[in-house]
Amino acid sequence: MWSLLLRDIRLNIRAGGGALTGVIFFLAVIATIPFGVGPDLKLLARIGPAILWIGALLACLLGLDRLFQADREDGSLDLLVLGNDRHMLALTVLVKCLAHWAGSVLPLVVAAPLLGLFMNMEPLAIGATALTLLVGTPAITFIGAAGAAVAVALPRGGLLISVLVLPLTIPVLIFGVSASYGATADPDPFLQPFLILAALTLFLAVLGPVSAALALRHGTD
Amino acid sequence: MRLIAENLGGERGGESVFSGIGFALEDGQALVVTGPNGSGKSTLLRIIAGLLPKAEGRLLLEGGGDDFPSIASACHYLGHQNAMKTALSVTENLRFWRDFNGGGDSSVEEALETVGLGGIGHLPFGYLSTGQRRRAAIAKLLVSRRPLWLLDEPTAGLDKASEERFAGLMAEHCAGGGMIVAATHLPLGIEAAELRMGEAG
Repeated sequence: MWSLLLRDIRLNIRAGGGALTGVIFFLAVIATIPFGVGPDLKLLARIGPAILWIGALLACLLGLDRLFQADREDGSLDLLVLGNDRHMLALTVLVKCLAHWAGSVLPLVVAAPLLGLFMNMEPLAIGATALTLLVGTPAITFIGAAGAAVAVALPRGGLLISVLVLPLTIPVLIFGVSASYGATADPDPFLQPFLILAALTLFLAVLGPVSAALALRHGTD
Repeated sequence: MRLIAENLGGERGGESVFSGIGFALEDGQALVVTGPNGSGKSTLLRIIAGLLPKAEGRLLLEGGGDDFPSIASACHYLGHQNAMKTALSVTENLRFWRDFNGGGDSSVEEALETVGLGGIGHLPFGYLSTGQRRRAAIAKLLVSRRPLWLLDEPTAGLDKASEERFAGLMAEHCAGGGMIVAATHLPLGIEAAELRMGEAG
């Protein structure tokens, strides 16, 4: 399993892996918002956490279609499915998700504090948003894996995956944003939405890979 | 170990491709599946591996023991694609499959030497020619041990010398108690029973 994790991370980083695509998309979204909204610093600071979360969410969805498709195209997916008796397929999917997260999504989390400055956010809000992103984005990858597994046979499945997955990511977005606001706006709680966000991630870490494995087993042809 | 197929039928997209296929394979035996294009050779191999559901019939592996409880766990499936990543080096690719599938008799370097690719393991897989890619994929069969080899057009793209070398490898595998099911329309140069498809069904 370690070797699968290392292989996928390595593939992500090397040429054609597309690890930076998400970051650049994220940067593009966040950098254009202040121009669109105008130089109202207070407004920017207020919508900052939400914009960061939406940008990260959309950037997460961007690379998802390659999660299994690249393996399917070169025949590796068949062998990963056949390895089911040695490594349970759901576990294989989980490891692939973690590698995808570490390679493509973790850079978004790292870039988020810098982009928070664009939105005139105060340090506490930036820290809280980065923390919620760190905890919440794995959930998006896990749901996305299920969508990617369903659409693996479609040549242009990227859009379909986004449409399938987006409604399911809304709870993650809601609790991620409300926890980020909870850290700065006084009467709002931080801990409760944050814990629900963590729970969502843990819950989806099981449900996502299991359903993705099911879809992959029945989707081979 | 015995691989038995009885009255096997396969379908693609809801249409029957073949039916009534049966064979039994013992340790050390090879089966060559021949037939015209579209007769269902690849479909048969994928059904045996468990990658496609069978439409009818029975398929079982006897005597696999704890190591190989199912056909999927006992087989190497070499399909049309080589299952190698073009961005990784040949050695990295093989080392991954060795770690993932469990070790075998030969190391990665030995396996590359055996298929005649010694010394180019450091190259990215994408730089290799078609025949060299196929040979690297054959080396994948050697780095982890599996008693049953399912080969789909294994010699596609290989030159004469490599074909002979591969025939030697297959004969060695059978002599060591392995089983082979190969779909091909080229002679493989090994002693094998023949299953002709596309006539009876």
